[in-house]
Amino acid sequence: MTGNSTLLTIDSLFKAFGGVRAIEDVSFSLMPRSITGLIGPNGAGKTTLFNLITGIFPPDSGKITFKGKSISGKAVHDLVNMGIARTFQNVELFSSMSVLENILVGMHTRTTCGLLGSVLKTPRIMTEERRARQKAHELLEFVGLADYADRKSSDLPFGWQRLLELARALASEPGLLLLDEPAAGLNMNETDTLGELIENIRKQGITVLLVEHDMALTMKVCDQIIVLDQGKKIAEGPPREVQSDEAVMAAYLGKPK
Amino acid sequence: MIRIDTHIIACIVFAAAATAAGILIDNAYYLQVMIFIGINTLLALSLNMLMGYAGQISLGHAAFYGIGAYATAILSTTYNLSPWIALPVAIFAAVVIAYIVGIPTLRLTGYYLGMGTLGFGMIVSIIFREWYSVTGGASGFVGIPPLSIGNFVFDTDRSYFFLVWGVVLFFFIMCRRIIDSRVGRALRAIHDGEHAAAAVGVNTAKMKLSIFVLSAAMASLAGFLYAHQVYFISPGSFSFLASIRIVTMVVIGGMASIWGSLLGASLLTLLPEWLHTFADYEMMVYGLVLMLVMIFLPRGLTRGILDIYENSRKKDDR
Repeated sequence: MTGNSTLLTIDSLFKAFGGVRAIEDVSFSLMPRSITGLIGPNGAGKTTLFNLITGIFPPDSGKITFKGKSISGKAVHDLVNMGIARTFQNVELFSSMSVLENILVGMHTRTTCGLLGSVLKTPRIMTEERRARQKAHELLEFVGLADYADRKSSDLPFGWQRLLELARALASEPGLLLLDEPAAGLNMNETDTLGELIENIRKQGITVLLVEHDMALTMKVCDQIIVLDQGKKIAEGPPREVQSDEAVMAAYLGKPK
Repeated sequence: MIRIDTHIIACIVFAAAATAAGILIDNAYYLQVMIFIGINTLLALSLNMLMGYAGQISLGHAAFYGIGAYATAILSTTYNLSPWIALPVAIFAAVVIAYIVGIPTLRLTGYYLGMGTLGFGMIVSIIFREWYSVTGGASGFVGIPPLSIGNFVFDTDRSYFFLVWGVVLFFFIMCRRIIDSRVGRALRAIHDGEHAAAAVGVNTAKMKLSIFVLSAAMASLAGFLYAHQVYFISPGSFSFLASIRIVTMVVIGGMASIWGSLLGASLLTLLPEWLHTFADYEMMVYGLVLMLVMIFLPRGLTRGILDIYENSRKKDDR
């Protein structure tokens, strides 16, 4: 199952909450530099799967392997350090902080300054801080928010907050980026911009897994689609194949009589 | 960048004002009140780092204040050691205790963290009161020596004034540096959303523990300064009510504001002094003033005064 070339491998994963089987025997793997869409009706277990991959809670059984290492039971912040970053379905920015500071927090695992360093402000720490700020500006440039670096993050319009959260996730220099409904609440122009951004993110060598209800976007950017329904994987393959799959049609539209 | 510059200017103005006050004020009573404001500012600042910036409430902070005071009292009086040996011991004791208490307690959040720290504060305050042979019990601990460096003894109010406010200035600069650093940003991120902070790679448990320990060390230092100013300490100064008073200073002055700690500590130190004239009604007026501040300036004095200033400027523009 575990091919050497895969970035992330999920092997017969199970997770139940009380009597509800949220994830039931799900397996798949992600190739490096791929963009994979995770779709399915509401309650299919998509966000649960995200939470399992990012270590928010452990699976009941099954194995998750990232870059050849098992990551079951690792803490959320350790996984970020290993290179797994995410965004949230309901944007979760640090609302009291500026746009730039949000990105700087995103670099937490890639910078080293501790309590003592912050007080002493040694040349090494000052250089680190200067570089971090420069990189943060570059990331803001990348998502098109460079002019708003000093704004309070909560003052940005919703669509921009999504972009900021994306930039913050990229700040941790991830190998795998999980996007939880990145287009929700965006207008058509913003969704188009997002599609281009996702393609550009892949060009930087980052693997993307996204949960998305906007089918046009999903079909356009993804190389591979995985369909979940009631916690089970019901289909997997290139967008065209999955679109015409009978089980998928049944899950979304109900079974034909 | 601009923000850092204004902070440097503010610190210079503050240092100049404190120096002028220290030189010009001759009245011993005023000097003493200002020394207490300084000690309380340090105390409020220590809690503000934990509560205002990292968003972790502590209802037992007076315990660390008391640990600093009793540690130096016992070592420098009972054991005749130099207070300068007692100081690192006092801080180390607070650090170790904060570490041990912090590991289980900081897993709690919100009300539960409040209850946990409240319980801790009460236990420590009972130890101060009941461990008669060591702490002097309810009647207090007498005969704490003044501080001295070489032949110079800090036994005048003026010399102690400069010592205390020098320490306060040092911590103003130190805390500002922490807040504007990677560590400070991580703390503020935890305040805004603990899950989101973890999701961007902040080890929230470790961060919360280190700021709790730092905060305890600062409170312990404030206790050390207090003991060597009053020469006599009793458990009442470190009780549950004292913890609440520190929380009040932070909230009234302004959460997540370094200068708010100064304002809050000043108001809560001066108010009881001013209210003596009300005699029996003192506590009522005290409560009333605090209520009025919270009703009209709910974000504390610092933010409230800035808001009033900004609003008036907007009016002028029109």
